[in-house]
Amino acid sequence: MKTEEINEAIQETDAAIQEADSRESVTFGANRNKDFSKEPMCLSGRGVTRVFHTGKITTVAVDHVDFDFHRGELISIVGESGSGKTTLSKMLLGLLDPTEGEISYMGKPRDISTRAKKKEYWQGIQAIFQDPFSSYNVFHKIDSVLLDCINMRGDKNLSKEEKHALMTEACSFVNLKFAELTNKYPFELSGGQMQRLMIARIFLLKPTILLADEPTSMIDACSRATILDMLLKLRDETGMTVIFITHDIGLAYYISDSVYIMEHGKFVESGKPDKVMLEPEAPYTKRLISDVPKIHEPWDLSTVG
Amino acid sequence: MKNILKSCLHSPRFMTGFILFIILLGIALFYPLFHPGNPLQMIGQNSFVEPGTYLSLYDANTVNLNGKTSTFIMDDAAVNRADSNISEADRQTMLAYLAAAGVDVSHLDTSHENLDSLVTLWQENYDSSKKVEGYTTSAKKRDLRTLNSRLLAALNAGEQTLLTKNGDEEVRTAVANNAYVRSNQVANVINLPLGTDNFGRDMMKELAAAIGTSLIIGLIAGTIATILGLVIGLLSGYLGGIVDDILMFVCNVFTVIPGFVLLILIYYSVGQEARGVTTCAIVIGITSWVWTARSVRSQVISLRNRDHVNLSKLSGHSLVRIIVTDILPYIASYVVMAFILQVSSGILAEAQLSLLGLGPKTTTTPTLGLMMNWAMLYNAHTQGYWWAYFPVIAVIALTSFSLNLMNTGLDQVFNPTLRD
Ligand SMILES: Nc1ncnc2c1ncn2[C@@H]1O[C@H](COP(=O)(O)OP(=O)(O)O)[C@@H](O)[C@H]1O
Ligand SMILES: [Mg+2]
Repeated sequence: MKTEEINEAIQETDAAIQEADSRESVTFGANRNKDFSKEPMCLSGRGVTRVFHTGKITTVAVDHVDFDFHRGELISIVGESGSGKTTLSKMLLGLLDPTEGEISYMGKPRDISTRAKKKEYWQGIQAIFQDPFSSYNVFHKIDSVLLDCINMRGDKNLSKEEKHALMTEACSFVNLKFAELTNKYPFELSGGQMQRLMIARIFLLKPTILLADEPTSMIDACSRATILDMLLKLRDETGMTVIFITHDIGLAYYISDSVYIMEHGKFVESGKPDKVMLEPEAPYTKRLISDVPKIHEPWDLSTVG
Repeated sequence: MKNILKSCLHSPRFMTGFILFIILLGIALFYPLFHPGNPLQMIGQNSFVEPGTYLSLYDANTVNLNGKTSTFIMDDAAVNRADSNISEADRQTMLAYLAAAGVDVSHLDTSHENLDSLVTLWQENYDSSKKVEGYTTSAKKRDLRTLNSRLLAALNAGEQTLLTKNGDEEVRTAVANNAYVRSNQVANVINLPLGTDNFGRDMMKELAAAIGTSLIIGLIAGTIATILGLVIGLLSGYLGGIVDDILMFVCNVFTVIPGFVLLILIYYSVGQEARGVTTCAIVIGITSWVWTARSVRSQVISLRNRDHVNLSKLSGHSLVRIIVTDILPYIASYVVMAFILQVSSGILAEAQLSLLGLGPKTTTTPTLGLMMNWAMLYNAHTQGYWWAYFPVIAVIALTSFSLNLMNTGLDQVFNPTLRD
């Protein structure tokens, strides 16, 4: 590498560090002590169940769960891998039918029986998935991903320049430069950039509910905080309900207004994060909490080797 | 797309297959252009004429009459003439006689190379008055005499005269033994690179037409099978549920009954009159989509749970749009490869059908399978008329070989893990 290139790289890193410093660090949710139970109901479920039959094996992925998500709330659903979080999120999104149980949307039983009704439902609920690498159609350019969102929100008839301006705005919200992305394919970006583009998509669509299924679990640690930051910023700006699915109970504690703990398809505990974290009742919750590494305590190496 | 084309060009397997295929296609397209005419016209009175160029004797002599001959001095002309006039049996008789007369012929045989020495020895040792054991009867002696005169005629042929009629007047023209005519001076020359078949039809013309017909059958059958398999596989895999159950039941039915038996049954029930080339291709197509459907289905099942499909659904895209833009492009390379294999197996299926005598009923165009069938019916293979069946087998094998090579080449292009 030439010296100029090295210098350039160093400068870039410096800039990134400065940017990270200037950023407000992830803090407790702004509405942490707000009582959301007074807010209108957004999405609720009673006895929601999903059973999979694979050959002779029957898996109960989600087992009679009840939940009430209120408008503007940030809900975390925490559970180990395989506990049924993704299955539940697919049912919430209307991508998978529950085998049993009722889901209500905006206080009324959810009706997504026809394509038109589904389309309307999806105006209100959108998602960010776990794996950014499989979230994009590799044959479509980034422009078409964003244009699709603009069309979907009903701005099909805007002029080319207006559409361009919208896309630029969305990209700059997530610290991407649209001019550099145009005519590129998603797979030319890094995982973190792809996930940011997903947030730009949500920025354009502005749904009432955002379902984020472990959006940071496949991302390198450096990009994680940035992405969380952007999500929280978007939520503060739009006031949307966020259903945040994670296996990281510490993270859930920091960001959410309400926590649901999921074990083997069941909600074993739910409530305010302070209550769940500080006075856990279910043994599973206790185990999850004890698994969080405690940076401030000395490492206990007596059990090693 | 550009990259795919580029790596196709760099894949030796694909290119070998492709070039082979283009050669076969070129024969089918261009040979009839330069040699127009009905490929099934019976030009020969006798069956199974050997490959070669045939000059009209009559016209060759006319050239001589007009004095347009050229004269060449060819030292071995006499030997060549003898070679083509003295039969294998004559040579054996000569060898046997010489051996009986006590001449050492152990170093000689009846081959072309030895003819010169054999003739020299014969001329030195043959004497009709000499008594040689085993050649004492008058019949044997007469045979030897005629042989000797045939030999002398062949070796020392002087001028021949040609007697022609010009009106009432008889004209005698001398034909020198070193007079030559150019083959394209002769008005009627028949070129039969592959001889003729049992019906006296030009095999090469027939073969070129048959390659064309068989490729068309392969293309029609392959297209039908691929489209059917693709649509059924897509619907079954993407929709799942009851649609999947029904379609897979149909698939299983088609799997349980061997495809070829089904093919024969359907084809037979169509009736002989309706059994044209197109019908043949369609029937082959509708009995061979099953494995395409199965593999497309399994690929679609793994694709439909990918998040980009979920995201497309969340964007409100229609079923058709999701299938066309989010599923099809991912399996396109696979479908192209399946299509190539279907074309190849379509051509083979036609050959098998025709070999069983169930080939398309046609009076205008031959197919590779029909040509095999004719060769077999008229015992070309048992009587050693290799030109009537071997080129056909070679073409069938080469077509299928080239298509399969292209297919494995594409596999390497689309599947970087297979590259070496
Ligand atoms: N399409 C499916 N068919 C069969 N079993 C499934 C399917 N999807 C998920 N499961 C099963 O359901 C359980 C929950 O899976 P999932 O919801 O993906 O868990 P999580 O997202 O919490 O890791 C797992 O045991 C998984 O094997
Ligand atoms: Mg999951």
